Amino acid sequence: MAGVWVFAETVDGSPKPVVLELLTKARSLGETTAIALGPGASKSVETLGKYGAKRVYVHEDPAFRDTLATPAVDLLARLIEKDQPDLVIFGMTYDGRDVASRLSARLSTALIANATDVVSKNGGWAIVSPVFGGTLLVTTVPRAKPPTLVLIRPKAVAAAPAASAGAPQVQMLTEPVESAKPVARVLRREKEKASGPKLEDAAVIVSGGRGLGAPENFKMLDELAAELGAAVGASRAVVDAGWKPYSFQIGQTGKTVKPAVYIALGISGAMQHTVGMKGAKAIIAINKDPQAPIFKLADLGVVGDVHKIVPQLIQEVRSRKGK
Amino acid sequence: MNVLVCVKQIPDPNAPGKLDPQTRRLVRDGVDLVLDPGDEHAVEAGLQLVEKDGGEATIISMGPPRALEAIRRALAMGAHRGILITDPGLENSDALSTARAIAAAIEGQDYDLIICGTESTDGSSGAVPAQLAELLGLPLLSFAKKLEVSDGKAVIDRQTDDGYDVVEAPLPVVVTVTGGINEARYPALRGIMQAKNKEVKQVGLGDLGLDGKAGKAALTQEVVDLTPAEARKAGEVVEDKGEGAKRVADFLQELKVI
Repeated sequence: MAGVWVFAETVDGSPKPVVLELLTKARSLGETTAIALGPGASKSVETLGKYGAKRVYVHEDPAFRDTLATPAVDLLARLIEKDQPDLVIFGMTYDGRDVASRLSARLSTALIANATDVVSKNGGWAIVSPVFGGTLLVTTVPRAKPPTLVLIRPKAVAAAPAASAGAPQVQMLTEPVESAKPVARVLRREKEKASGPKLEDAAVIVSGGRGLGAPENFKMLDELAAELGAAVGASRAVVDAGWKPYSFQIGQTGKTVKPAVYIALGISGAMQHTVGMKGAKAIIAINKDPQAPIFKLADLGVVGDVHKIVPQLIQEVRSRKGK
Repeated sequence: MNVLVCVKQIPDPNAPGKLDPQTRRLVRDGVDLVLDPGDEHAVEAGLQLVEKDGGEATIISMGPPRALEAIRRALAMGAHRGILITDPGLENSDALSTARAIAAAIEGQDYDLIICGTESTDGSSGAVPAQLAELLGLPLLSFAKKLEVSDGKAVIDRQTDDGYDVVEAPLPVVVTVTGGINEARYPALRGIMQAKNKEVKQVGLGDLGLDGKAGKAALTQEVVDLTPAEARKAGEVVEDKGEGAKRVADFLQELKVI
């Protein structure tokens, strides 16, 4: 049976949501091992097992949290040489990307990014990635020696616990983590203020683009979102313009979201953006340009002025909720 | 301080891209090619550093001979010289080959920072900068939305899901910058004229000692299939004549959001 590894990023001992998605995919492909690194990582073992990890490598050195990529690459390279897995899956996250990319150069192995699916094919792997805003699906096969490294986009797989999951075998690693080479160290962490639900978890998202005209107009989105219990998102254009922090960005270079309802306000619908939101169950778009590509995706599109319609909509929602 | 900036020429992202179903490669004929807008921020970040502290900004790119135009654009913004890696044997290179070629081309160059965009706008795998850092044995400061260099160190604000981390590394270092880091300048006419006389060195696989080690000869992966994704069906589009907000509210009620 193929050896399939999952790079299990944890935060304070909890696996990131994408890790459960990766495990769900991995256990359908082979015998699954999770690698959980950093302080508190051992606390994640139970959850990792529930989602299909048969074995978990744990190393709790603070360096895995406080030094970018290199300690994880050093350890993974050594473990891979010892165990020879066939496939190593990472989440397409900031740290996942850095670790997988460096590791591919260290091992001279295939790295396939932006994947939404991996299938076992003719004794090897076939990896599916969307291109051009998800309008085309590219299938790539590795041509290098194993393991194949794959970066899977968050929300590409629906996470589900394994039907029959026992406690995984745990291998605690304690070898010293040191690098002979210069490294990048985290000095401190800053959180940006956010209210309401997280973008990744929200059932409803209200998202704004350049068509809002000015950063202060995001206020009406905040108001609408508060009425709907929604999270606020943004297109790359407004993040690049500095109207909203990057943590709001939805799209190829930002977050992938799959809410029940996505309300796009003043967003034209560039592929860059739509690849991150077209998995929404229902899409509502308001834009003054009838040619805007967002209308090709929207279940309901309104051609009109967001500055007029959004305040009306807030009133409308308030009065209907009052009923 | 000397800075190397890696750039890529890509099909105009405002025009929808096409792949050739036969060769499974980007169609470049008849498509406007531009300096990747993400890389303009990398060039700008590099220029700001050398303008403050002195030194030179060198632009490096890999691509067909016409990728020279993308380098010229960066030179017109104010960079000092360029290196174009071009060789028929490098066509269709994967990210690792690209990183190997860049690493070989900058060997012996005097630099403090290598600055890249976080990923290309067309391929968007974003693997090259980290691979380059690994091949050169350098630290990588990735996803920077702010960059400061002093006392032999670089410090960045690195994007995270809910804010940013302040991260430090000694020079020399590879840095990737996000679009939010700066407002990239437009080349002035004077800059465009000067760019024509700036040196751009062209190198191939043989010059780099990479025959058989990069490009077609060293592919780690192959695209075997292309299929159109299932398209989402467009719904109803209405023009707002005063009833737009009501229509949206009706739909939200139907969806049980209200």
